[in-house]
Amino acid sequence: MAPDLTYKRSRNVPEQVIGGVLFLCAAASTLVTLGVVAVLLRETIAFFGEVTVVEFVTGTRWEPMFQEKHFGVLPLLAGSVQVAACAAVIALPVGLLTAIFLSEYAGPRVQGILKPLLEILAGIPTVVYGYFALTFVTPLLRTVFPSTDVFNAASASVVVGIMIIPTVASLSEDALRAVPQALREGAYGLGATKLEVSTRVVVPAALSGIIASFILAISRAIGETMAVVIAAGNLPNLTLNPLESIQTMTAYIVQASLGDTPQGTIVYRTLFAVGMTLFLITLAMNILSQWVLARFREEYQ
Amino acid sequence: MSTTYDIAIGSEGPALEVRDLSVFYGETKAVDSVSLSVPERGVVALIGPSGCGKTTLLRCFNRMNDLIKAARVDGAVEFGGVDLYDASVDPVEVRRRIGMVFQKPNPFPKSIYDNVAFGPRINGFQGDLDALVEESLRQAALWDEVSDRLGDSAYALSGGQQQRLCIARTLAVKPQIVLMDEPASALDPIATQRIEELIYELKKQYTIVIVTHNMQQAARISDYTAFLYMGKLIEYGPTDAIFTNPREERTEAYVTGRFG
Ligand SMILES: Nc1ncnc2c1ncn2[C@@H]1O[C@H](COP(=O)(O)OP(=O)(O)OP(=O)(O)O)[C@@H](O)[C@H]1O
Ligand SMILES: [Mg+2]
Repeated sequence: MAPDLTYKRSRNVPEQVIGGVLFLCAAASTLVTLGVVAVLLRETIAFFGEVTVVEFVTGTRWEPMFQEKHFGVLPLLAGSVQVAACAAVIALPVGLLTAIFLSEYAGPRVQGILKPLLEILAGIPTVVYGYFALTFVTPLLRTVFPSTDVFNAASASVVVGIMIIPTVASLSEDALRAVPQALREGAYGLGATKLEVSTRVVVPAALSGIIASFILAISRAIGETMAVVIAAGNLPNLTLNPLESIQTMTAYIVQASLGDTPQGTIVYRTLFAVGMTLFLITLAMNILSQWVLARFREEYQ
Repeated sequence: MSTTYDIAIGSEGPALEVRDLSVFYGETKAVDSVSLSVPERGVVALIGPSGCGKTTLLRCFNRMNDLIKAARVDGAVEFGGVDLYDASVDPVEVRRRIGMVFQKPNPFPKSIYDNVAFGPRINGFQGDLDALVEESLRQAALWDEVSDRLGDSAYALSGGQQQRLCIARTLAVKPQIVLMDEPASALDPIATQRIEELIYELKKQYTIVIVTHNMQQAARISDYTAFLYMGKLIEYGPTDAIFTNPREERTEAYVTGRFG
């Protein structure tokens, strides 16, 4: 008798149902993303019907709510970049050194203490960081530099820097751990010290992952909202002085959304134009980090 | 029970004198009271069935086992009259003088040039680095194949070329002894032959200790052969004697392929 190789309904139907449910879930997140982008785009296009792209990109005053309106995004952009850059100055070295310590130096006991601590750091709500900045970092800054504004970029930068240390540390540590032990042994066999092995072999071999972790952390810093709303102020201010009050793109969005901004007004539309700018910046950075990972991936043998 | 023949030691003394060496991984003994002397400028082959402790023993000769937390070493390895396991000895200094080539080629993800220059650079080499790189690559019989692309990534080389690069990298530090752990086991027969020819050249200048699974290879390239079995040194003597007229039953069984 020929073997029965036909499809069995009893097995086939659940297979198809589950496949369908999984597809719907995957489709939902894609659709939501597309929807968000579509809404952003529609209002942004409407915004640029009233304000020229040139004014938006090159204007140095952001005063959409004044009688005489100005729509130069540069002060907001500068605020975000300044906070992210100063945060990076703190977080990149500290995060990378933490990662090197964890992957190359720390024994299991120290790791068992340090890694949960980093996770706690990553789990603290950002609003708590904001109050920490306002009630601890700012007073500290003001005792050292009495001219410091109550709300200032430096204080926010410090806490955003602390906030993104875990991102740098844990992603960089993963990259360092992925370096094969054989490379370390090769270097030790040539008479390298532990420091030389770490800095001259392991870190260069993991460089693509480390740079990707830097980019992701900076992208997080640019998108960070709560801490900068609380600590950095709400004054669109094109300045390089970190002790002055500023406003970041995210902080502006919070400020403008809190007031009852009627739909269809130009102020309402600035929200979307700024949101779109923010979205494009973080999207570009995420793509960049993917590209760095793919382009410079070390093909260990 | 073990047999050791007289090993002809030149006037300079042995390159390595191993005394009653045992290695433990936690509770298990991987090397059991091994004593042997490695003569200057010769090739000593370590043979034995898988898991008998060849790699473990070899890694004792330049303190590589320090990198394995579970490993504990007992006994002495004398190098120029100094016990490598003396508390005052810095393993970094040991490894600058006793180099190692591993089973699988492990070039750094850097250029060919930087791979060879790595050792001299970390050791504070002051002379003509270009000349040293060329000399080392020539010694490793790789120069002609790579001289026009020293800036290329080492990963662009074939497996056999990578292994010769690793040998060049080791020679660039000017070690006195070169340890090799199955350096040709990952290579095809032609690449293997090139490595063997290379070892033949190198033994004029260096002392070489090589682990191999390949009996013919051991017979072809080594002057002395040590047969290990379950962590113990069973027989150690001139390669001819070990292969043609072993004194121990187990050695004969192994070299004739009856077990292992
Ligand atoms: N890192 C380690 N931790 C625990 N045990 C180990 C370790 N390395 C080796 N061993 C054990 O020590 C013994 C000897 O191992 P070793 O690698 O020296 O053998 P080998 O002769 O080199 O074998 P092969 O020919 O397969 O390479 C084996 O029983 C092995 O399981
Ligand atoms: Mg081995």
